[in-house]
Amino acid sequence: MPATSESSNNEQQRDYRSNSLIRLTLRNLLRQRSALIGGGILLALLLVAILAPVIAPFDPELVLIGLEDIKKRSDPCIHLLGCPEDQPQHILGTDGNVRDVFSRVIYGTRVSLFIGFTTVGFAIIVGTILGAVGGYVGGGVDNLIMRFMDVLLAFPSLLLAIAIVTVIGRGLQNALLAIAIVTIPVYARVVRASVLSVKEQEYVAASLALGGSHFHILFLRILPNAIPPLIVQGTLGIATAILDAAALSFLGLGAQPPTPEWGTMLGSERNQVFTAPHLVFFPGLAIMITVLAFNLLGDGLRDAIDPRLKQ
Amino acid sequence: MIQYATRRILLSIPVIFGILLVTFVLARSIPGDPCKAMLGEKATAEVCERFSREHGLDKPIPIQFLIYMGEIASGDFGESIRFSRPVTIILIERLPTTIELGATALILAVLIGIPLGVISAVKRNSAVDVVTMIGANTGVSMPVYWLGLMLAYAFALLLKDTPFWLPPAGRLSAGFVAKPFYEVFGWYVVPESGMYHFLEFFANMFIFNSIITGDWKVLGDAIKHLILPAVALSTIPLAIIARMTRSSMLEVLRQDYIRTARAKGLIERLVILQHAFRNALLPIATIIGLQVGILFSGAVLTETIFGLAGVGRMLFEAITARDFPIVQAFTVVIAIIYVFINLLVDLSYVFIDPRIRLD
Repeated sequence: MPATSESSNNEQQRDYRSNSLIRLTLRNLLRQRSALIGGGILLALLLVAILAPVIAPFDPELVLIGLEDIKKRSDPCIHLLGCPEDQPQHILGTDGNVRDVFSRVIYGTRVSLFIGFTTVGFAIIVGTILGAVGGYVGGGVDNLIMRFMDVLLAFPSLLLAIAIVTVIGRGLQNALLAIAIVTIPVYARVVRASVLSVKEQEYVAASLALGGSHFHILFLRILPNAIPPLIVQGTLGIATAILDAAALSFLGLGAQPPTPEWGTMLGSERNQVFTAPHLVFFPGLAIMITVLAFNLLGDGLRDAIDPRLKQ
Repeated sequence: MIQYATRRILLSIPVIFGILLVTFVLARSIPGDPCKAMLGEKATAEVCERFSREHGLDKPIPIQFLIYMGEIASGDFGESIRFSRPVTIILIERLPTTIELGATALILAVLIGIPLGVISAVKRNSAVDVVTMIGANTGVSMPVYWLGLMLAYAFALLLKDTPFWLPPAGRLSAGFVAKPFYEVFGWYVVPESGMYHFLEFFANMFIFNSIITGDWKVLGDAIKHLILPAVALSTIPLAIIARMTRSSMLEVLRQDYIRTARAKGLIERLVILQHAFRNALLPIATIIGLQVGILFSGAVLTETIFGLAGVGRMLFEAITARDFPIVQAFTVVIAIIYVFINLLVDLSYVFIDPRIRLD
């Protein structure tokens, strides 16, 4: 079909003119439907997290006993949908401690996004240092680092995180640390691969000949190459981190009550699933939407950055 | 072939060594006295002294690590604090449930995921493809325990009094007993002997046991109990396998030899199955091997929800009770099983892609 090949040629020429990698990636990204949907949901979630005090009608940790005529684990009540006006409005009902579930789910967005960004941020920093040093120095150091990374990858990640939390003690901070530790190898490998791929290139040799220090070469000349794959991996990693953190909290190892964390909320009401299913349904739905947003965005980013997949 | 296999096997030895080292370091990092951590808070000074001597805790750390490796090599994982029984026996009792659940989930994931992925790739951008990919993306984003609870609610409560009702917990209904096959066959086994535990291991896989004893009533009941947890557990692997199959097939379908195959007039089914799928299989096999880790992690959550007495639920209870010998032993064993299965996957490459033999 000559018509389409011509138009794609034109497109390519335009691509060459605006030769900024970031702009190119952004344009590719905007063509990805999944990235648009994921990014859109994420933006909405960020807004919800920032505006939580405005959106949530109640304090998420406020026990409503004595303040309102409401029983524990009451069903969702929305006045607009026909719930009697004289009954206090709790859009998603109340939980076992008579707290407003809607407010807790809203505030949970903050906790989950915080979990996602901090664990992945920590893992990326440590993983980058390990992978960069290993790839750049090579030899025994590289071998030692990468074999240790292999060992960490040999454990099912959630199980290793469980074992670590059992040792260092439960709580949100320790759970975050454990999840970060078990995901370090992924980033170390990504960074090492991109360091190895450019280490021998002439511009690196040129930089060395110009008297650049190893630190300068590694961090300013080589590592920027690792940023695109790190962003992709990091975005997908946030999805996994949120899911794993929620699982740890569900098991009672992560965030402790009364923190409005979705996994904790699910865990503390899981025996009530037959009598008050809404207490399990909504926090889980919130986890799924958030994780889905990061997964979609990560997939879209990968397709936008990886030229092999461009058709 | 033999060279390739030997190299793969040798490469997994340092990994297993590393696994032992990591769990050893973890065990030694428990705050407080190792004796109290292993025997519980009520252990007296005398008991602790004997425990220290027996396990070489008075010796230098590297020697302690050697002792630890020796104990594990001989199948001695110590005693559970809560049950005062050897951890190895508990493991043998609990593993069959998890294997039955995990294997069923994996089979479901493979049998549904691969065809879905192939169809999505062949009919790219069709309704099937779009629905599959939306489903797969949602599937990987779902918390297993949430899906499990929701399934239990839907099938055990909402569909009560319909033919679709499924039990929300346990492995068999009240009144059903899976009579061990060795008893049915009239074999005499000394209770608590090695042979007894060996046979009991297989008898504890109710589906296997009821098939070989021909007890169809128990088989039906066991399957009914297995459906919900297996479906919940299989969702994430299914989604991952479907996605990987699709992308791997798309990659292969672009190749020139596929065009050649079509050009020489081969019927489409043969092009897809023999030329394309065969060559797309390698990354699919790899990803299937990696699902075993997800299955074990998921088993902790699924077994807890569905009240199944498997390794995962035991691990959860052990964490809650701070029964560290169990946590440690189960982590080691699961990691080693995981490494071993991925070793098998690596070895299967030789059959999937004969070119690897020459490598």
